[in-house]
Amino acid sequence: MHGLVPLVVAIPLLAAAVLVAAGHALPRPSPDVVAIGAAAATTVLCGLLAYGARDHDLVYWFGGWRPVGGVALGIDFDVDLASAAIAGLAALLATASLVFSWRYFDEVGVLFHALVLVFLAAMVGFAISGDLFNIFVFLELMSVVAVALTAYGDEPGPLQGALNFAVVNGIGAFCVLIGIGLVYARTGALNLEQIGRALEHRRPDGLVVVAFALIVCGFLTKAGIVPFHFWLSDAYAVAPAPVCAIFAGVMSDLGLHAVSRVYWSGFAGALGEHQAELRAVLVALGSVTALLGGVMAFLQRDLKRMIAFVTVSQLGVGLVGIGLLTARALGGSTLVLLSGGLVRGAVLLAVGLVISVTGVGDELRGRGVGRQLPISGAVFALGALMLAGLPPSGRSLLDTGAPTGYGWLPVVLTAASILASGALLRAGGRVFLGWGAASDPALGPQHASAEEDEPRQRQRSPILLVPAAVLLVLGVAVSVWPGAGDHAASAAARVTNHAAHAREVLDGRRATSIEVDVGGVDAVSVASGLVSAAGAVGLALLTLRRRRVSDLPGLRVGALKAVHSGVVGDYVAWLVVGLALVGGLFAVLLR
Amino acid sequence: MSYLPFALAGWLFLVGLYGVVTSRNLIHLVVCLAVVQSSTYVLLLAIGYVKGGTTPIFNGIPIGTKTVDPVVQALTLTDVVVSVTSLALLLAIAVEVHKRTGTLDPDELREQRG
Amino acid sequence: MSHRVRTVLFLVGGAGLAALLGWAFSGLPAFGEYHGVYGRLINRETLGQTHALSAIAAVTFDYRGFDTLGEEFILLASVLGVALLLREARERDVDASRGAETFDPIRATGLVAVPVVFLLGLFVITHGYLTPGGGFQGGVVTGLAIVLVWLATDFRSYAALVRKPLADLADGLGAGAYVAVGVGGLLAGGAFLESFIPRGTIGELTSSGTIGLLSWAAGIEVAGAMLLLASEFLEELLARRER
Repeated sequence: MHGLVPLVVAIPLLAAAVLVAAGHALPRPSPDVVAIGAAAATTVLCGLLAYGARDHDLVYWFGGWRPVGGVALGIDFDVDLASAAIAGLAALLATASLVFSWRYFDEVGVLFHALVLVFLAAMVGFAISGDLFNIFVFLELMSVVAVALTAYGDEPGPLQGALNFAVVNGIGAFCVLIGIGLVYARTGALNLEQIGRALEHRRPDGLVVVAFALIVCGFLTKAGIVPFHFWLSDAYAVAPAPVCAIFAGVMSDLGLHAVSRVYWSGFAGALGEHQAELRAVLVALGSVTALLGGVMAFLQRDLKRMIAFVTVSQLGVGLVGIGLLTARALGGSTLVLLSGGLVRGAVLLAVGLVISVTGVGDELRGRGVGRQLPISGAVFALGALMLAGLPPSGRSLLDTGAPTGYGWLPVVLTAASILASGALLRAGGRVFLGWGAASDPALGPQHASAEEDEPRQRQRSPILLVPAAVLLVLGVAVSVWPGAGDHAASAAARVTNHAAHAREVLDGRRATSIEVDVGGVDAVSVASGLVSAAGAVGLALLTLRRRRVSDLPGLRVGALKAVHSGVVGDYVAWLVVGLALVGGLFAVLLR
Repeated sequence: MSYLPFALAGWLFLVGLYGVVTSRNLIHLVVCLAVVQSSTYVLLLAIGYVKGGTTPIFNGIPIGTKTVDPVVQALTLTDVVVSVTSLALLLAIAVEVHKRTGTLDPDELREQRG
Repeated sequence: MSHRVRTVLFLVGGAGLAALLGWAFSGLPAFGEYHGVYGRLINRETLGQTHALSAIAAVTFDYRGFDTLGEEFILLASVLGVALLLREARERDVDASRGAETFDPIRATGLVAVPVVFLLGLFVITHGYLTPGGGFQGGVVTGLAIVLVWLATDFRSYAALVRKPLADLADGLGAGAYVAVGVGGLLAGGAFLESFIPRGTIGELTSSGTIGLLSWAAGIEVAGAMLLLASEFLEELLARRER
């Protein structure tokens, strides 16, 4: 099992290099077969690693450089259950995306396949690496590939999205790197566990607090947390649907995963005394993000852009789970991100099918065009309901994992879910059922979407729906499988027990396995899931059957939309303000 | 004096960001981004410097000679490659933006907003 | 947001950020007083463990060789991205027959410089673990030696020399070879990227295990990437002139 660890990165990279070197010489469909085969093999390997990591971490030292006396000489992959699962999610989405692309693009070149494979390797490496600088390398690799994939198309829209992506994420990555430099200066270490050990038991000073703030803000930029989120909707809206499915399904989630990893492995010892204050900041950021994402999703008419804001909203929920800083809530967050990622991927592929067949990806212009695509409509609707929190295993853990004083959280998260899922259901009702008015001023001017040209009316290949259906079924499975909660909570308990985790990585001492019984699903959470779903349906019906969004009372959202200006200078200004704000709060609260 | 290199890194970071925020030309913006990145080289190399230390290449120097930190040098090498690649990609985007829209002003790219 | 509002917003945030950075930097060890455990350990152990004279090459291609693998693919991906952006969007291939005549002294000097620079590049790739240098530095020099052909003569001669599929091949092969060397470590029963050939005698060209192989893989990849990047932008320039 241990020997399989490096293959999850080596296989996709080797396949990508082969495609670049010899792809032009290979006849179709061999490049597709090579790419899909490599991605599928990576998926299976990640599944095996998740199984192997169910009781204890799999720690792999590249080059055979094991730590000497607690000092890491080389780079390690530290596979725990959550990181293997999220790597598996990335591999699965990449496979689905490649299968979908087979029939999606008129002409999909070898370069596209190679880029998706490199993207996959970068995401997997980012998820399971235990070395802070190595995480930065994979962060950059992810960004470079993602920018290239976003720009895949030939209209101005994709370029603006790609530009905003590259600049904002680039600056986020530099923040991470400065943070790494600061930490390296203090500890002489790049390995996360070694950093954690070196920082432990000392009062955090300016260097530690600011380094933590810079690293966290850099990763929150990738995750699309307010106010670092602006680039995300621009980029997701213009990326081709199969690429966007990977973005919305897993790339943002990875940013949050990194925050959790960096905190628990690197900084939990140093900042442990100020857990309550840190919790307040992170939960506040997450709550604002969940609500703002929901509101913004509700105000969109471009389907991919809408799903981008739904992603922002859900990532806010995920950050709340991580920010609560308890093992139980962390496990809940992992489940929310996993099932949410699968479902968002499925919903995006359903939208991609609509765009592919009708040439329209806009709620208002596409009114009724989806009538001919009932199965896509079913995937879309079911996905929207799932995102409202119907199968409640993750939310249940998250809700019950909150310490006292956070009793208001379920209310906020439910409101955010109602808005986000209500937006999706409204759009689905219009596109797939032809309900609602043909215009709605509140949804604003039409966005020029990259892929909206004249209807392509391509033959509807049933192959296109298979990946979406598989993702949706797995999303349901993760949510309703009774053992999921126990496993997620046990794995999270091992992550949060950072001293034992450090011994496991640096001293090779296997940690005793922790078995947590979460005691089933919380009744209040089930109720709030039902309330969310009912509220979302109600909201969608209200805006389709009774009034237009612009007729809703008390809605002053012009300013909110204007802030999302699409101008990269504005976004960088917000990023700097966000950095100063988060850093300032940390400076006041965490000393 | 002993903190001057770090102050320089901080200055490059901030002044580069100022350039990115206020830029009216994509090429200028991309170069400003490179300035932001160059602050990270300065910081990394300054952190690993050891007073009186030589390059950590043990070719004809006695054992035990004081040397600077080799790790930050390797990290900076990676950082340089990252910088070159992101510059190339962003410049290609700028070229295409100009070709398709006839402008290089980032403020005029407003296809996506709201 | 107006330009003015944006600038004010930035200045407010930037002032906060400046204060934070100042506070953080005050916690750094004074310039020149660094004693981190990682670098000290490597400076002490590198000769014995890797047989490489250059501790930097040992870190780049051995201790942290896995970072460099990621770096190789960052380069590969950006070249693919630039190709996707520029190559696909160019309506037709550039007419390579046209090109300005170069001034004779420039042509002569340039052409003399080409083989010299090329050899220098190969030397830098080969001797990375003995002297300053390595695959990245040498790859840049080697690739740019060929770009010199364009500067010295015209695009036609350059295009005749640099065939894109060939540069693609170098790009893919270099990156693939790096992974393959990593897999070689696995096949030899060790870890991924573990050196599987004898470390040799310190100071000799055949020393340092797989560091030399990886350096070559990086050199080929970087040279190919530099050529492809230069070609894409050059063609773009010529396509514009034609219009």
